[in-house]
Amino acid sequence: MNVPDDLLYTESHEWIKREGDKIRVGITDHAQAELTDVVFVELPKIDRQANAKEPIAVVESVKAASDIYAPVKGKVVDANKALESNPALINTDPFGEGWLFELQFENEADLKSLKDAAAYKAQIG
Amino acid sequence: MSDNAEKSTALYDEHVRLGARVIPFGGWKMPVQYAGIVQEHHAVRNAAGMFDISHMGQFIAEGSGAAAWLNRMLTNNVDKLEAGSGQYTLLLNDKGGIIDDLIIYRVGPERFFLVVNASRTEEDLAWLNRHRPAEVSLHNRSDQYGGVAIQGPKTEELFAKLLGAPGKLPARNQILDTEINGVPISIARTGYTGEDGVEVFFPAKQAATFWNHVLDVGKPLGLVPCGLGARDTLRLEMCYPLNGSDLSPEHNPIEAGLGFFVDLTKPDFVGKEVVARAKAEGPAQKLAPFRMEGKGPPPRPHYAVLKDGQRIGEVTSGTLSPSLNYGIGMAYLSPENAKIGSKIEIEIRGQKFPAQIEKKPLYKKT
Repeated sequence: MNVPDDLLYTESHEWIKREGDKIRVGITDHAQAELTDVVFVELPKIDRQANAKEPIAVVESVKAASDIYAPVKGKVVDANKALESNPALINTDPFGEGWLFELQFENEADLKSLKDAAAYKAQIG
Repeated sequence: MSDNAEKSTALYDEHVRLGARVIPFGGWKMPVQYAGIVQEHHAVRNAAGMFDISHMGQFIAEGSGAAAWLNRMLTNNVDKLEAGSGQYTLLLNDKGGIIDDLIIYRVGPERFFLVVNASRTEEDLAWLNRHRPAEVSLHNRSDQYGGVAIQGPKTEELFAKLLGAPGKLPARNQILDTEINGVPISIARTGYTGEDGVEVFFPAKQAATFWNHVLDVGKPLGLVPCGLGARDTLRLEMCYPLNGSDLSPEHNPIEAGLGFFVDLTKPDFVGKEVVARAKAEGPAQKLAPFRMEGKGPPPRPHYAVLKDGQRIGEVTSGTLSPSLNYGIGMAYLSPENAKIGSKIEIEIRGQKFPAQIEKKPLYKKT
């Protein structure tokens, strides 16, 4: 399973890429493989506030709907509209074209609570 | 039910070896998917797929008066069955509610083979035994039998190879005893997908031998192992009801749209009075298929169904249809709301999404 070294991770299988004062968030290769065929994505509204671990998006496979959580407290500043017409991007390119949303984080210190690649690798075995 | 209380079918090790994701279902550990639900779904619509159905229950009823007794216990007419043929039928309670839906095959003048839902096996047995005359014996053979459903347009071609000659498959709803690769089998031309196909039963001990042989022979034809996930999307496109979701003791066969499988001309059967009344007066509710309109999340069981903002029912089955690429489902609604073309809304995470009642089946082969 692909776990890029330059990203941060959550226990709930989101990946986080820091870009200045915001983070880009998606779900991991492991998560997309577990979910399989993603058929629908509900994206968060731009400008909405979110607390850490608050569900703000939904990824649906044929069989189930799964909540996606804000990794840290912040404000949603962008969402990947391409997923609305092509949700399968999450399966084909989870760390690239399949990104979900961007969050402007409130406290830089909050990022310290996230896992590094080694810790996430250990979690998924 | 806790994890360790769940049973494994005789094919469990094969599922694990093939990388299946296993889930609890009706008291069994069953594969929900191997490569993926959508891929498996399309394999069945375009080539062939093989499903483990060993979890389903098998009974043998026999003895003098077996036919007459089963005709009182079941809704369809057993007298219409010649030896070697089967029919879809329903087991009702005294109030006309559906205990189970099953297939009954006549395998001898007074000998019958019943295939019932896994989760209802014990309940069916108890109910049948309570009404069983002494001359008729009823045996639960579920542990001795393994079973697979092989479904898809390539079924005939596959069995021409498996049986060594074309044209040896039984006709629709017929059952035939034969042998493949040294495994004694009963093949029935039945299924739950809307495609041509068979359901095959064999001794549980030889389940893996049979399964692997069919996978080997079928592979060049595009046959893949399929899990319960694809089984569910395939059956829902056809509007075949699922016991426990679409069928329950709270609903009678007329409400479930299964009047075709009830013979009201029979002198008597358990639940007849209620069913006859529902048929004469019209059912209070009808199981109606619907499709989502426009873009939106797929409908799922227990989502609320609304009309003009008022709750009018709930989704019993729902999914994204891999063949149609939109959301589909079924719900019990008043006859007025259940009319074809009727506009409804499905509530999903607090938002309303438009849907429309459709004719069944939702998917038609072109």
